[in-house]
Amino acid sequence: MTQLMTEDGIRCDGRRVDELRDISLKVGVLKKANGSAYIEFGKNKIIAGVFGPRDVHPKHMANQDTGILRCRYHMSPFSVTERKNPAPSRREIEISKVIKEALQPAVILKDFPRTVIDVFVEVLQADGGSRCAALDAAAVALADAGIPMRDLVSACAAGKVADRIVLDVNNEEDQEGQADMPVALMPNVGKITLMQLDGILTPEEYKTCLHTAIGGCKRVYEIQRKALMEKYFQNGEQ
Amino acid sequence: MESVILDQLKRDRILDLLKEDKRIDGRALDEQRPLSIETGVIPKANGSARIKLGNTQVITGVKIQPDKPFPDLGDKGILICTAEILPLADPRVEPGPPTEEVIELARVVDRGIRETEMIDLRQLVLKEGKSVIGLFIDSSVIDSDGNLFDACSYASVTAILSCTVPKYELKDDVPVLVEGVTSKPPLKTIPVSVTMARIGNYIVVDPTSEEEACMDARITITTNSEGNICALQKGGSDGFTVDQLVRCSEIALSVGTKIRKRFEQLM
Repeated sequence: MTQLMTEDGIRCDGRRVDELRDISLKVGVLKKANGSAYIEFGKNKIIAGVFGPRDVHPKHMANQDTGILRCRYHMSPFSVTERKNPAPSRREIEISKVIKEALQPAVILKDFPRTVIDVFVEVLQADGGSRCAALDAAAVALADAGIPMRDLVSACAAGKVADRIVLDVNNEEDQEGQADMPVALMPNVGKITLMQLDGILTPEEYKTCLHTAIGGCKRVYEIQRKALMEKYFQNGEQ
Repeated sequence: MESVILDQLKRDRILDLLKEDKRIDGRALDEQRPLSIETGVIPKANGSARIKLGNTQVITGVKIQPDKPFPDLGDKGILICTAEILPLADPRVEPGPPTEEVIELARVVDRGIRETEMIDLRQLVLKEGKSVIGLFIDSSVIDSDGNLFDACSYASVTAILSCTVPKYELKDDVPVLVEGVTSKPPLKTIPVSVTMARIGNYIVVDPTSEEEACMDARITITTNSEGNICALQKGGSDGFTVDQLVRCSEIALSVGTKIRKRFEQLM
C-alpha cells in the first residue's frame, strides 16, 4: 500500500490537504458542436460537446411544456490502466444521470418546449474525480452553446485520506482513502446540485467535508469564468 | 402519464398542507410509513425478506455460493446487490433492459451496504486470490409506491441479517459444500438508509410516489450503528442548500436509529 500522506500533511502527489490539482480549461474546441470545452483536471483529460436546442428523437420523448436535457458520460477504452469495454457500464449510466441532474437546475429549459439539449462528455483519460471534471467542462460547454442559464455549475470532490479531510481526491486516494464526496455547486445561487458519498464520516467530518468541497467548487468557478472570458472578451472588449 | 395540470394542482395542494406541517397522507414531515418485515419467506434462498413500507413492497433473496474473487480483491469475499422493478409493480414499467432509474436504485442500495462495511468480507475467503464465498443479494420491487431506495435497502439488510452461510471446504482446490453446517454471516454494523424529498423548502421523510412526482430534489443518506454517515446520493432535477444538507444528515441519523432498533430485534 502506498503511503497516502506524510507526517507534514503532504499528499502522495505532493499537494497539501487544501490544494486543487492543476486545472486547464479551454472553451470552444469543437467545430460542429454548438458548444464545447476541454478540461485537464490533474491527469483527467475530458472533452464536452453540447448540441441543441434541437428536435427530439425519438419523438415520444418530447415534452410540450419544456425542453429536456440529456447527458451521456462515457469513458474511452484507453482512458484507464486496464482497457475498458466501450459499451456503457452501469457506473457510466449512473454518472450520466447524476451529471444531468446536476446541470438541470442551471439550464432554463422552459424556454425551449419540444426540444432537447444533448450534453456529451468523453473521458479520454481518467484519474479520480472524473465526474466532477466532466461536469465542469459540460457546464462551460452549455454556456458556450449560448443556452440561457441561471448560473454555472462548478464541481469538485473532497474526501477523507489518512484521517484528514482533503480537497480534490485523486485516483490513489479514491482507491485507498477512507471517503470520497463529489459535490457540484451553483456558485451564485448557492445550491448543491450533485452530491454523493462513499466512505465513513462522523457527522462533524461530514460538515467539514461538505464545506471543503464547496470551497473547491468556488475556485473551479473562477477558472470556468476565466476560460469563458478568454473566448468571449478578448483584448478587453466587452 | 398523468397530465401536467393535475401534477401542478397536486403540488399546490401538497405545498399548502406542508405550510401547516401536514402531509397528504396525514404523516408528520419526519415520519416514515408503517414498516412491516417478514424474514425467511423464500426457504430456498440462504436468507430472504419481504418488507412493506406503506404500499411499497419488496422481496429480497440472498444466495450464497463459492466464486472466484475479483482480481484486485483476492483477500475479500464477493458482495453484489442488485435491484429491479418488476413490470407487475407499476403500470409505467415495461420489461426490457434496466433504465437509468433502476441502475441508480441498485447502485445506491449496493453502496449503502458496501460502504458501511456491514459484512466483514475478509472472513469469506477460502483461499486467498483463488476461492472465496460470494453473497448475491437480489431485490425485486413488487409494488411501487415511492421510496424504493429505502424499501430495497431495508429488504436487503434484513435478508442479510436473517441469512445463514453454508460451510464450504477446499478439496484439491475445489470448494465442496459441507452438509448440515452453517454459520451466521460475519457482521460488523447495521446500515440504515433514509430517503428524503425536498418539496419547496420542506424536507419530508419517506416520500410516496405522489410526493415524488412533485418533489424538487431527493437525497438518500445511509448511516451505520456507530452514528457515522457512510453513503449518500442526491437525485432529482433541483438542488439543496448547505443548511438543508446538514439538516438531512441529522434527520437520517435520528430516523435511522429507530429503524435500526427494529432490525436488531431480528438478530
